[in-house]
Amino acid sequence: MADAVLFEFLHTEMVAELWAQDPDPDPGPGGQKMSLSVLEGMGFRVGQAMAERLPRETLAFREELDVLKFLCKDLWVAVFQKQMDSLRTNHQGTYVLQDNSFPLLIRMSSGLQYLEEAPKFLAFTCGILRGALSTLGIKSLVTASVAALPACEYFLEGGLLPFLSVVGAGELPFPFSRGPRH
Amino acid sequence: MSRPAHRRPEYQKINKDLFVLTYGALVAQLCKDYEKDEDVNKYLDKMGYGIGTRLVEDFLARSCVRRCHSYSEIIDIIAQVAFKMYLGITPSVTCNNSSRNEFSLILDKNPLVEFVEELPPGRSSLCYCNLLCGIIRGALEMVHLAADVTFLQDRLKGDSVTEIGITFLKKLDEKKYRRKK
Repeated sequence: MADAVLFEFLHTEMVAELWAQDPDPDPGPGGQKMSLSVLEGMGFRVGQAMAERLPRETLAFREELDVLKFLCKDLWVAVFQKQMDSLRTNHQGTYVLQDNSFPLLIRMSSGLQYLEEAPKFLAFTCGILRGALSTLGIKSLVTASVAALPACEYFLEGGLLPFLSVVGAGELPFPFSRGPRH
Repeated sequence: MSRPAHRRPEYQKINKDLFVLTYGALVAQLCKDYEKDEDVNKYLDKMGYGIGTRLVEDFLARSCVRRCHSYSEIIDIIAQVAFKMYLGITPSVTCNNSSRNEFSLILDKNPLVEFVEELPPGRSSLCYCNLLCGIIRGALEMVHLAADVTFLQDRLKGDSVTEIGITFLKKLDEKKYRRKK
């Protein structure tokens, strides 16, 4: 769909420009953090607004799992036209959402060549997740990591504890990925 | 657990909103970073230029337009094919001068400003949609056409319509087309 392309192009341009704009040319952790937090903040606003626009009944979550399903299926499909590939938890409030072919990384060559650049392309999306959760009344910390392009993982921590429901040990029972699970 | 089918249209609309919302967040961020409206406008135009240079390839791949032989054909394609494809609107076209190198696109509806009621206070010369000008300029340059693209009128500034003016700066070289045939 053409709209998705517009967003991709705009996002790529934003990443390139916000990076170039960084007054501190030192590529140390301080300089990087500023640009990443700007991108993340913009994603936050967008995530908040997007979650607000969803149909009312979607937001009546009874269980923590409903919230995660919403993120992995509804939100991800709305933003990236695909579902999250897998969801894991340590049953202590931390969730790991894994996308094996993240659309914003897919145009870069797969593997390890652009590993250093990859975090810039995840900051906005972390913000979207954090913003959507905030609309649902959940304050959380969202970070991301890339092991090898184009697969990435999002870590959601904190804030979901009030919802804790009793789930069996190991993987969650709901099938997110269509293929075999690790 | 599958979602009932009736939810689909809502999610398509949300997908359209994603670009508009992201653009709004970008403009808000730029307004924070730059005090002067001219700087924000220039920055939006520059970003648009970068997008346009790449968007044109995507457009040509999707649309299979045939080669154009006049500026007015090009403008018609921008208005009726490109705008329709990416923003879902079809601006009307007028030609502003007899030498037929100055045109206007009149936007009746503008999806980019769907969530914007008015310009922020103190930002009266902000060209909110200046990204569009840069996109058109960048795209045209990639097909070897130099043009000036600016907003002539803007509803957000109180004008009755939103009008984008496109002025082609160099004459199309006829010989170039004969050779390519």
